[in-house]
Amino acid sequence: MSAATSHLEAAHGHPAGWRRWLFATNHKDIGTLYIIFAIIGGFTGGALSILMRMELQEPGIQIFNRLAEILGAPPELALDSAKNLYNVVITIHGLIMIFFAVMPALIGGFGNWFVPIMIGAPDMAFPRMNNISFWLLVASIALAVISLFVEGAPGMKGFGGGWVLYPPLSANTGHPGPAMDFLILSIHLAGASSILGAINFITTIFNMRAPGMTLHKMPLFVWGVLVTAFLLVLTIPVLAGAITMLLTDRNFGTTFFDASGGGDPLLFQHLFWFFGHPEVYIMILPGFGIISQVISTFSRKPIFGYLGMAYAMVAIGFIGCVVWAHHMYTVGLSLDVQRYFVFATMVIAVPTGIKIFSWIATMWGGSISFRVPMLWAIGFIFVFTVGGVTGVVLANASADRALHETYYVVAHFHYVLSIGAVFAIFAGFYYWFPKMTGYVYDERLAKAHFWVIFVSINLTFFPQHFLGLAGMVRRYIDYPDAFAFWNRVSSLGAYLSGIGAILFVYILYDAFTKKRRAADNPWGAGAATLEWTLSSPPPFHQFDTLPVFTATEQ
Amino acid sequence: MLGAPYRPRPESPVTIFFHSAGRSLNRGMVFFFAVFGIWALLHGIACADGYPLPGQIGFQEPATPVARETEFFHNWVLLPIIAIICLFVLGLLVYVILRFNERANPTPRPMTHNTALEVAWTVMPVMILIVIAIPSFRLLAHQLTVPPADVTIKVTGKQWYWTYTYPQDQGGGFEFDSMIIPEADLKPGDIRQLSVDNEAVVPAGKVVLVQVTAADVIHSFAVPSFGIRIDANPGRLNETWFKAEREGIYYGQCSKLCGKDHAFMPIAIRVVSEAEYVKWLEEAKKKYASTAEPVRLAQSDVPAAKQQ
Repeated sequence: MSAATSHLEAAHGHPAGWRRWLFATNHKDIGTLYIIFAIIGGFTGGALSILMRMELQEPGIQIFNRLAEILGAPPELALDSAKNLYNVVITIHGLIMIFFAVMPALIGGFGNWFVPIMIGAPDMAFPRMNNISFWLLVASIALAVISLFVEGAPGMKGFGGGWVLYPPLSANTGHPGPAMDFLILSIHLAGASSILGAINFITTIFNMRAPGMTLHKMPLFVWGVLVTAFLLVLTIPVLAGAITMLLTDRNFGTTFFDASGGGDPLLFQHLFWFFGHPEVYIMILPGFGIISQVISTFSRKPIFGYLGMAYAMVAIGFIGCVVWAHHMYTVGLSLDVQRYFVFATMVIAVPTGIKIFSWIATMWGGSISFRVPMLWAIGFIFVFTVGGVTGVVLANASADRALHETYYVVAHFHYVLSIGAVFAIFAGFYYWFPKMTGYVYDERLAKAHFWVIFVSINLTFFPQHFLGLAGMVRRYIDYPDAFAFWNRVSSLGAYLSGIGAILFVYILYDAFTKKRRAADNPWGAGAATLEWTLSSPPPFHQFDTLPVFTATEQ
Repeated sequence: MLGAPYRPRPESPVTIFFHSAGRSLNRGMVFFFAVFGIWALLHGIACADGYPLPGQIGFQEPATPVARETEFFHNWVLLPIIAIICLFVLGLLVYVILRFNERANPTPRPMTHNTALEVAWTVMPVMILIVIAIPSFRLLAHQLTVPPADVTIKVTGKQWYWTYTYPQDQGGGFEFDSMIIPEADLKPGDIRQLSVDNEAVVPAGKVVLVQVTAADVIHSFAVPSFGIRIDANPGRLNETWFKAEREGIYYGQCSKLCGKDHAFMPIAIRVVSEAEYVKWLEEAKKKYASTAEPVRLAQSDVPAAKQQ
């Protein structure tokens, strides 16, 4: 009986009230906490982006000066405060979206919820460490928010140097105030949260698979999380090292990144991007896994070329660790170094192309139903192709010479992240919502949500390719008047996507108040992974008796 | 069980799109976007010399051989390839949606392996990447190999303006700051956000070596119509080069976040004939003469960073 109280619950009880959440050790509860956290983070980051697009809609500064005055700047300083405030907003927008929206949703949220279930495990390997991973993230965002309210640049509040935190702008030269120090400590905690979580996932996946579940029979979502976890464990310590060196440069008299003391600002960039590039794969690999699950379910076919798909993710993860300096083509690297990084970066296109074609081949010959998760997944394939090919353009250092730090780069990474990763998150959300909550959402409203977002978000970011080619520089509060037209189009798209966000809130409200009950498996024969054999929602403890996995190798 | 889950009857995606919010509304939307899109794209093809035009969708008009080659590489190698790939994937998706939806194909046929296909879609991308790599590496070597320079200038990025230094041993021996013209002081012919008080002046048709550094935080020196961009790092001397083909004023903007006025430190380079350049050097030596002690200015033979 699926919903029966297990003997484990009888032994030590089912925590209730605030203890259930503060001291959560159940992977499903922790997954829920992460998803709620990610929704809040996503809405905050999204609101900031709407603010930015409001300012960028017209040439000149109209919004941020008034905003600065509202926040307390005297009128004669409003313009200067506006410029700093804009830089602070773009910085925190990036940090929130990366560390407090996409990563918690995919890894903390869906990873925690479904990796143990998909491998037939009763929970994660280290349930209490799982708990601290979540609450560290809450502490981290608290410190990041505090950084906004203390001094950064002289006479200004907050750190306005971009999510990349380059010194000397992030050192005492650029931002002597404590805002940057708060941000460094915030990222330390977020990094620690991720490292502990990654340790948890690797141990769980390697050691707690049910009998018969070999590595080559694991669902591809689990593969995605596994590769992501390895990337986290390997690269976050490098970020931690870099920001610790920045902290000591700022506060303890070291000169790691200060040329006057024998150091080099470029050292920070190498260390940062050694983390920073794998970070973008960390953000997309679990998404790849979700897309595989959804495409397979709604085509009623197993994924085409399972081994190719799994090892393509491994290859992407591996090569992703040796391409970092393609973010640094304009810093003054030698010809040979640039040539190597061009070559290595272009290689990543091959396993990524294998995945795109394999998803299409999965649909080929299938019997496709266009339920809500499938809309997001098919949309993902198209938009990720668009974002991926502009990445191939930027991989060429010779083209990047003209496009680096322009809106072409902004368009590229928003296509793969703000459209790609976000589509994968919504695909997963709409796929697993009935399972996680036991409720069914309104399908028509959810399809409308997809279409509103699809149109509006493409309207927001596609014109930014034009702006980049024409030479508009990024991280600019104001721009030459010639760039006004496409900026207006882009801002219009942003406002429409805001409407989509409101629609999403209503869909949640509707689902939770109407309380239409979900079946164990709302998706039919195509849903072949273990979570669909459990009730919706699953019991507090599942698989007290391990399932024996007898499916043939995919 | 409390109730069967809501299951809509299977609909083709075409039906879903056109019936969902009102037939004419959706068809009207598609028509509007198509017309608007085509108009906007055609409008954006125009180019000016040295600065962007309203609605521009492509690169600024190239004014150097490197910029010309960069534009060719992007517009005639990269762009066609990525456009074809996107259209190909879109075409496959549309075909799959129309041919294999559950109404058209109620029984899935389990095909999970096809070695020939897997080899093809591994080898084809590799071939495409090789086709891209050949012009890519040629252009890269062209950008990074500095030919023997006729003129050398040193540029220093500061918060929030540029300082141009003309070496003594090349008829210079002065330096000057180049600051944005505030909006209130713009004269007719000036471009908001781009025009500066003192442009850097260089002769046309000559190889100009630009050595770039910074005095405080990282900036970046970029001129789109010259096809150049090189970061200004404090404590490091970077270099780039260009050979301007014709006279005019060419604009760029600081390309690395450097603080509050990052958007307000443009670059303007006035390209003049050789005779005018010599004349300007003389005028500039007087105009920018330092009243203080003789200053140690840049020498043109100082090597910039070759290896990182």
